[in-house]
Amino acid sequence: MFYREAGDFKTTYADDSQTFPIKFDRYRYWAVLAFAFLVVPFIINDYWLNAVVLPFLIYSVAAIGLNILTGYCGQVSLGSGGFMAVGAYACYKFMTSFPGMDIFSVILLSGFVTAAVGILFGLPSLRIKGFYLAVATLAAQFFLVWLFNKVPWFYNYSASGQINAPERTVFGYAVTGAETHAWAVYLVALIFVVVLAVIARNLTRGSLGRKWMAIRDMDIAAEIIGVNPMTAKLSAFAISSFYVGVSGAMFFVLYLGAVEVGEAFGIGKSFIILFMVIIGGLGSIFGSFAGAAFMVLMPVLLKNVMVGQLGWATDLAAHFEFVIVGGLIIVFLILEPHGLAQLWRLAKEKLRLWPFPH
Amino acid sequence: MKFTKLAAAAVAAVITAAPVMADLVVPSLSYRTGPYAAGGIPFADGYADYLTLINERDGGVGGEKITMPECETGYNTEKGVECYEATKGEGALVYEPLSTGITYQLIPKATADDIPVHTLGYGRTSAKNGDVFSHVFNYPANYWDGASGMINYLLETNNNDINGKTIALVYHNSAFGKEPIRTLEELGKKHGFKLTLLPVDHPGQEQKSQWLQIRREKPDYVLMWGWGVMNQVAVQEAANVRFPMENFIGIWWSGADHDVLPAGAAADGYKAVTFHGVGSDFPVYDDIQKYVVDAGKAAGSGDTVGSVLYNRGLYAAMLAVEAIKDAQAATGKSDITAGDLRDAMEGLEITEARMESLGLGGFGPEFKVTCENHGGDGLVGVAQWDATAKTWSLISDFKPTDGEVIDALIKEDSEAYAKENNIESRCN
Repeated sequence: MFYREAGDFKTTYADDSQTFPIKFDRYRYWAVLAFAFLVVPFIINDYWLNAVVLPFLIYSVAAIGLNILTGYCGQVSLGSGGFMAVGAYACYKFMTSFPGMDIFSVILLSGFVTAAVGILFGLPSLRIKGFYLAVATLAAQFFLVWLFNKVPWFYNYSASGQINAPERTVFGYAVTGAETHAWAVYLVALIFVVVLAVIARNLTRGSLGRKWMAIRDMDIAAEIIGVNPMTAKLSAFAISSFYVGVSGAMFFVLYLGAVEVGEAFGIGKSFIILFMVIIGGLGSIFGSFAGAAFMVLMPVLLKNVMVGQLGWATDLAAHFEFVIVGGLIIVFLILEPHGLAQLWRLAKEKLRLWPFPH
Repeated sequence: MKFTKLAAAAVAAVITAAPVMADLVVPSLSYRTGPYAAGGIPFADGYADYLTLINERDGGVGGEKITMPECETGYNTEKGVECYEATKGEGALVYEPLSTGITYQLIPKATADDIPVHTLGYGRTSAKNGDVFSHVFNYPANYWDGASGMINYLLETNNNDINGKTIALVYHNSAFGKEPIRTLEELGKKHGFKLTLLPVDHPGQEQKSQWLQIRREKPDYVLMWGWGVMNQVAVQEAANVRFPMENFIGIWWSGADHDVLPAGAAADGYKAVTFHGVGSDFPVYDDIQKYVVDAGKAAGSGDTVGSVLYNRGLYAAMLAVEAIKDAQAATGKSDITAGDLRDAMEGLEITEARMESLGLGGFGPEFKVTCENHGGDGLVGVAQWDATAKTWSLISDFKPTDGEVIDALIKEDSEAYAKENNIESRCN
């Protein structure tokens, strides 16, 4: 009744190939965007920004990045944490070397640097597949963390090896450093997330995305029908790393402000992002958002319920958090192996048929 | 419908999570889980128990009860940020994050929010320069004092000559562990010893290669900057390669009971520097026993009373409470703000008589905080572990450290920070 194609006539090719072909989807999309841009900035405060919204936005970008590589192109990667570190350190070096550069260019440039590094570490994918590739990307993870710890140039020879984000402003409002306004930081992150998500969605619908999916589904067949595996795989690595690098840069400048590579970008980060992609749904942009929301919101929610509402001891709550989140992951993977995105798809199917389910 | 209901319930739960405003809010960003919990638990217990004691025995400070919202960080910076934001809104007076990583994050944030951060013997060493770091306090001693204290102790036991000696530093490969390197390098130039750096990656369970290297190179002394599970492993590994324990000195975060107990008799003679007393032979413990433990109000499982890190947590809480008293006296009101407390911390003076009156006579060194000096006088003592009696005992009294080397380094590092962040001189 709400969600159906009937009555929505497409008269041009542009209409026919738009991102959301169904009217209800389109309106929902615009409503979400309007809410995010016009309502949230007025109600957001420091707690919501730093505990919930900002990590969600940043992890969403990382999850989209990994989803491009793993979900669309079928190349398993355990190096996301390392690539986020590349983005963060590139960002730090740009910010300290070129103090006049604005934050948008810095973050984008960090993404490009990460893309170059990603191509480098994507080269083994031309020869090895599956678990072996996962191990090769794992090597990238450990190598990059080691590198940023070992070479003092990356952290400007500071005594502690920490990198700190200096203050940068957008239209006179500080978005990094200490004197930030929640809404300004939120808007910067939101702009990146929306633009990158739209680009990712369209890339995956276009010829590049189809090549990736062909490689994912059967690389030999793809090669036979004329997909060049080298450009397809390396472009997936490059674009994926770009996304992950941008998220790493935002993670550093907008969110934490001070970062230490082993602690912030360790192997745990790679796993969390991989979990987001798997729980959210492989090969789905919406799934990346859903997965990021699940992994970010669930621990905060559980903590607030158990400690804030029930008054449990903090250590007990923390242990229960592991148990519950872990349990939920297993339950999800058993009941819905295709992730939250599949639940959403099923819900849309139901909506389409409602109120006559047969 | 189910989903929307769930979502509504979730949103409601998150919104209502912020508890009511309380009198004097002293949050505890603790970690009772994860690889660093072994150190986090006793510290958090000591911190909480002292505040409970103040509430139970004295009815709070100046008639105002203290509330201590506890927030679990797991030594993780992301959770630390969440905890800071969650407790900030409740009117937090002072933060004691017990993590160098979280401290680095809080320095700019807390300064902007006008909330003081006390980093007792950890955090950013150059924060001692209060001229630059207005809201960060690291009295009574910092890492560079610790490094210098170790070297001074070695000088003392070697007739003031350690020229040509080799010293290995086993350190946690993080901001925390890297802190002493520059000081030790400078001191190495001054005293002519050779420094070998052996980083250990988080969490520190894997140290075989580092200790093999020590067995091969046979350094005269090994210094350690470890925390959490890393300490126990290092002491055990030192025993395995038969490194003489009396030549193995840890920083104060590597000198707790649980760090040496697992190695049993082999840990006998292990040393650690410290900036406060050891054991529970102080009158305040009688009050803790009476008002807190016997009343069933002890934090955690109550089995850490009197351990090294419990003492340190208690010391941290004591210093916070004393600063609150000063702030109340200075402003003439009992319900102080974080800004009032910051001003009071800047003038805090801990004398022997004051500690005596608190039942902590001789527990720590005397010190006075000023606008330029947020780090006290940096007096460092050495404690040694006796594996048969299972006790730590002070073998070297609290002595001054190499101010000449340290002050120059602090000046250099803090000025670099001031320049990066456009901080102007505010003292004088």
